[in-house]
Amino acid sequence: MASRTPFYVLVGLLLIAGIGLSLHRHMALDIPWLPGETRQTWSIEAKVDFEAEGEEVIASLAIPGTQPGFTQLNQQTASPGYGLAYEERANGKRVEWSIRQASGNQSLYYKVDMLVDPYAIPSESIQPPEIKAILEKEPYATAAQQLLEGATARSASPYTLARELIVEFNNQKQTAELLAQVKPRTAWLVQLLHQSGIPARQVHALELEDGRRRQALIDYLQVFDGEDYALFNPQTGKQGQPENLMLWQYNSGPVLEVIGGTNSSVTFSMIEQEQPFGVALNQKFADNELLNFSLYDLPIEEQALFKNILLIPVGVLMVVLMRILIGIKTSGTFMPVLIALAFIQTSLTTGLVGFLLIVGAGLIIRSYLSHLNLLLVARISAVIIMVIGMIAMFSIIAYKIGLTEGMKITFFPMIILAWTIERMSILWEEEGAKQVLVQGGGSLAVAVIAYLVMNNELVRHLTFNFLGIQLILMAITLMAGSYTGYRLLELKRFKPLTEIDKS
Amino acid sequence: MTGPLTWFKDIRDKYVHPSKLSKIGVLGMNERNISYISRYNPRHLYPLVDDKLKTKEIALEAGVKVPDLLGTVNEQHSVKDLIRILPADKGFCIKPANGSGGKGILVVTRQDESGYRKSNGQYATISDLERHASNILAGLFSLGGKADVVIIEDLIHFDDCFSGFSHEGVPDTRVIVFRGFPVMAMMRLSTRDSNGKANLHQGAVGVGLDIGDGHALRAVQFDKPVLLHPDTGVNLMALKIPHWEELLHLAVSCYEMSGLGYLGTDIVLDRFQGPMLLELNARPGLTIQIANGRGLLPRLQHIERLGKKQRMKPADRVAYAIEHFAAR
Repeated sequence: MASRTPFYVLVGLLLIAGIGLSLHRHMALDIPWLPGETRQTWSIEAKVDFEAEGEEVIASLAIPGTQPGFTQLNQQTASPGYGLAYEERANGKRVEWSIRQASGNQSLYYKVDMLVDPYAIPSESIQPPEIKAILEKEPYATAAQQLLEGATARSASPYTLARELIVEFNNQKQTAELLAQVKPRTAWLVQLLHQSGIPARQVHALELEDGRRRQALIDYLQVFDGEDYALFNPQTGKQGQPENLMLWQYNSGPVLEVIGGTNSSVTFSMIEQEQPFGVALNQKFADNELLNFSLYDLPIEEQALFKNILLIPVGVLMVVLMRILIGIKTSGTFMPVLIALAFIQTSLTTGLVGFLLIVGAGLIIRSYLSHLNLLLVARISAVIIMVIGMIAMFSIIAYKIGLTEGMKITFFPMIILAWTIERMSILWEEEGAKQVLVQGGGSLAVAVIAYLVMNNELVRHLTFNFLGIQLILMAITLMAGSYTGYRLLELKRFKPLTEIDKS
Repeated sequence: MTGPLTWFKDIRDKYVHPSKLSKIGVLGMNERNISYISRYNPRHLYPLVDDKLKTKEIALEAGVKVPDLLGTVNEQHSVKDLIRILPADKGFCIKPANGSGGKGILVVTRQDESGYRKSNGQYATISDLERHASNILAGLFSLGGKADVVIIEDLIHFDDCFSGFSHEGVPDTRVIVFRGFPVMAMMRLSTRDSNGKANLHQGAVGVGLDIGDGHALRAVQFDKPVLLHPDTGVNLMALKIPHWEELLHLAVSCYEMSGLGYLGTDIVLDRFQGPMLLELNARPGLTIQIANGRGLLPRLQHIERLGKKQRMKPADRVAYAIEHFAAR
């Protein structure tokens, strides 16, 4: 016999690939193992207020994109009468409203949903700003230089310098107050860091807290060390991004620009939402050209189709196990899987009743057909027509008496039903009603088991979200295909053999 | 005690631990398929045994005795010629060339003024026979519903020594031939339950036969041991097959003829012509083990241990099997 090694290697490779792919999807894309898990999303609404001066108005608001920690889902605006454009500028994404003429108080709304997502892939990488040298007037220049020298002496790297500068600002209160007369502390920090050759910028962040309204943006200091960057709280000097902090504007540039209006301001309100992860993922992948091969890239309708298609291997595996390990006889090898698929559409009770009704009635009518002495192909065709007629009739009756459930009978695969009736009928004629019950019952039992497994929430979740599972199913099927042990029912069948020695 | 404990005890009573089965070398369905059928039976040889016409052809070439072919019907429009093919005054047998598991075999034992008397005592008209022939042609009994051919064969005049052992129909002897060695044998006797058919799963009695001399070892019906024939009450243990060695020679020569390493041969004893090959089976069933009260594996492995090199003649193989596989 040929060596089995290549076979075991193949099975092993399939298993490793399947498990690996699944683990990858779990870890890299944050897809949970269990269904029903939810993901936290934030709905954030920015409200832009200004007084229009009765002329053309252009209002431009910086908006956030996908960034480390957060994935942008959908966005929308409410701004009656305004023209609207989303823009991608060098200094980040913006939403721009425009109108020919407006006067009085104006309120424009922009709403964005952000998914809390540790695996977010930023839409654009965050680039360090160019270093700009600014000449400062005395005595501010000397005072600032003094702070910088103190901090430089106690630091070793861009990040430590930034931290020490903030410490210096906090300690040298008089100097800090003097400097604050000219411009805010964050601006000084950026300027001094630039002076030391370190790229840095002021970013605007939003502290996320459920149900908050009329919140303002907070300044943060973003310091670059090569490609990496770190965020600093300019007041405390604390390094790092707090968990509930989302960057709103992280490119150099103003948050809000209004042309043709005065007294402009932007305030934020936010609520936290729990979304089923599937919905969240759908939105995440909806407008994202990820290289990641995912069914979430497909339109919703095709996704629903695939949900069922990917279940078929599970049902087929059930049949394989039932036949190879248990030894149940079924009429038609994979007929139970098709029946189980129909059960998924109809629900179990309706499906069972409908199936028994159609097959039962079909057998009665078929027994008449067998008296007509027809050729096989014609007879099967007649059975198919008969099945369709019965399905139509049962649907109409069910509808008339108000059983909308009964309409679902149309989900049954008609050709398969016709063949089932034909096989059962021949079985009846040749081997009697008992065999019909044994094989029909066996098929139905396997169909119900396949249905229960395929309709399991966990199984549906795993097969749809982890394509690697298909490889694992393949490996199990291959292994089952080389199983040479006894079937469960053989343990019963061959029992008389073991009793001979005793007697 | 009631509840789960009784239930558990029930299970233990009905099922047997797999280690006990493997200890006595019972061959299971999965192992039969993987280790024997797919290993020793090349796919391309299947048509030789699945198509009874081809089997007949190669049997005649090899000089193996088979029931006489009276005629065939190949197409639907020649069904009306059936009456001309059928013998006018004696019994005959209509069967599909590609039938499986004894499906579609219709035996007419004799003809009288009431029409064709079938083996179960009922009468059929010529139009019943024509319908049966069209069903065969349409592939009703063939694997996968392929179009089929109708075979009309001479009836077997079965040996008088079997009277009382069979309810109706022909008792046939199944010999498992593994790589040319007869490893196990049984006789299948039809009963009222089996409707005159010799298929064990339909209720025929299987009698395990000693490879040494062809006497009965044990009998089973529906996988359960029996001592007497359920319909005739004859003591089954008194069964002994005449012309036993001749029968084994016939079975063994089917190996050379078909090329199949794991083969079931169905042989009938004709009163006038002695052992005749009825059909070959590339996927013989496992009930023969229950009928014999022993597993196939020890004997199969015995033959496998002889290696591929052995070049025994058919007669030597029969002698070898009689020597090694006899009950005593």
